[in-house]
Amino acid sequence: MTLRQALSTACALTLLTSLVGCGGDDAEGEEGSLTVLAAASLTDVYEALGQTFEDEQGVEVDFSFGSSTDLAEQAADGAPGDVLSTADETSMQIAEDAGVTGEVVTFATNVLVIVTPPDNPAGIETLDDLADTTWVRCADEVPCGRVALGVLEANAITSEPVSLEEDVRATLDKVISGEAEAGLVYASDAAAAGDDVTRIDIPGAEEQLTSYFAAPLEGTEDAGLTQAWLDLLTSEAGQHVLTDAGFGLP
Amino acid sequence: MRDPLGRPPALLMVPAAGAVLLLVVPLVAMVAATDLPGLPAQLRSEPLREALWLSVLTSTVAVLFCLVLGLPLAWVLARLEFRGRTLLRALVTVPLVLPPVVAGVALRTAFGRTGVIGEPLLELTGFAFPFTTWGVVLAHVFVSLPFVVISIEGAFRSADPDYDAAAATLGASRWTSFRRVTVPLALPGIAAGMILGWARSLGEFGATITFNGNYPGVTQTMPNLIYVTRQSDQDAALALSLVMLVVSVAVLLALRDRWLGTPGART
Repeated sequence: MTLRQALSTACALTLLTSLVGCGGDDAEGEEGSLTVLAAASLTDVYEALGQTFEDEQGVEVDFSFGSSTDLAEQAADGAPGDVLSTADETSMQIAEDAGVTGEVVTFATNVLVIVTPPDNPAGIETLDDLADTTWVRCADEVPCGRVALGVLEANAITSEPVSLEEDVRATLDKVISGEAEAGLVYASDAAAAGDDVTRIDIPGAEEQLTSYFAAPLEGTEDAGLTQAWLDLLTSEAGQHVLTDAGFGLP
Repeated sequence: MRDPLGRPPALLMVPAAGAVLLLVVPLVAMVAATDLPGLPAQLRSEPLREALWLSVLTSTVAVLFCLVLGLPLAWVLARLEFRGRTLLRALVTVPLVLPPVVAGVALRTAFGRTGVIGEPLLELTGFAFPFTTWGVVLAHVFVSLPFVVISIEGAFRSADPDYDAAAATLGASRWTSFRRVTVPLALPGIAAGMILGWARSLGEFGATITFNGNYPGVTQTMPNLIYVTRQSDQDAALALSLVMLVVSVAVLLALRDRWLGTPGART
């Protein structure tokens, strides 16, 4: 077998791999539908709100969940969508700078907590107990990592994590799977994980809240519907769903 | 245009050109988008050197494991007749079609701290794969081994087994004929398989980050570094991608010239 034959086999197989790997859903703006680009940490709460919205308005809500930075860049590049919702100000700024957003609202906050597997095998009670355990947090480059860094510095914690995860759900995943003995995630993630984790509050963490932002996108096809979604977020019903899911209110 | 076989048909040439464009344009566009004057500063950054070294190291160690384990398996699949061979071949190529994240989850359920093998291993030795460089190598071997096995098996199959038979009539044991006849005949295919495996390891991202996380100098390979950098600094991520592209192309070209010259068509 020559290199060429080997490579062609490999190419065919690689193509197959990538096909299996991608499951694209088009965010086509069909009539009577709303497309919301939202930070991954909003997944559960937005799906619940989406159900309410569909019942009330009789339209379909499509979500595209991902990292705030990714989504903001897609929006800045003209990705189809009606609402952009990010987990930090920096990424919303990317879309604002590109001039693709309308008025930005702050609708929720989140606080950092420690989570451990349900039985808390390392017996962690405070941030100090993280020393010499297998613990994880988000990478410095992503919003939850910047918050974690701030909280750790404020508490003069010098112990090092075993991994700097790419996003908060990956951090949570390492704890739920039992690979890590502790992780720093948002209160809403701890709430979403339910009995799969034990939550430990960090005194003083509320000094370093992270805020959630939402804005209409310029490309929206139905400004009224888009505004209805933003109104839902700040309505009493919407805020109730958010606090139930572990978020704080601005 | 004196090709005795006639003119190359447009039905082949046009799609072929399309394929070249599809593969080359994104790479050229990426190079064009890179902030070249800022590149030297990126190259001197500690995270880049650590990640690049780790990537090259883990990919190289992984491909050596692939050779030690994959060459015998390829021989078994190519040269032995037994029931269930087709099934076995299908099984060992499954990681090829697994989305990398699924590969990471699979590795975790086997080798994680609470995994089928990982838990007894941790109790016996105090060692666990996740979050270690060995974990990265394990993930690389898992995703690359099928490439290596398939390539080498193909090479063994295209080498005429009559040579083995001839060696046997001259008194060679099966081990001797494997070593002196089968392997030398299949050498280009073996080298191609190893290079494919190495390249696959170098680009491995999903399984590594799912199974091992991401920590500079320990588990942060180039793809991991590029991924997390992209979250905050696009220009730096582009520069890192360019470095990775250059290293990959350089190594592939160097190895190709050295070991993979196809007869009569040296470039």
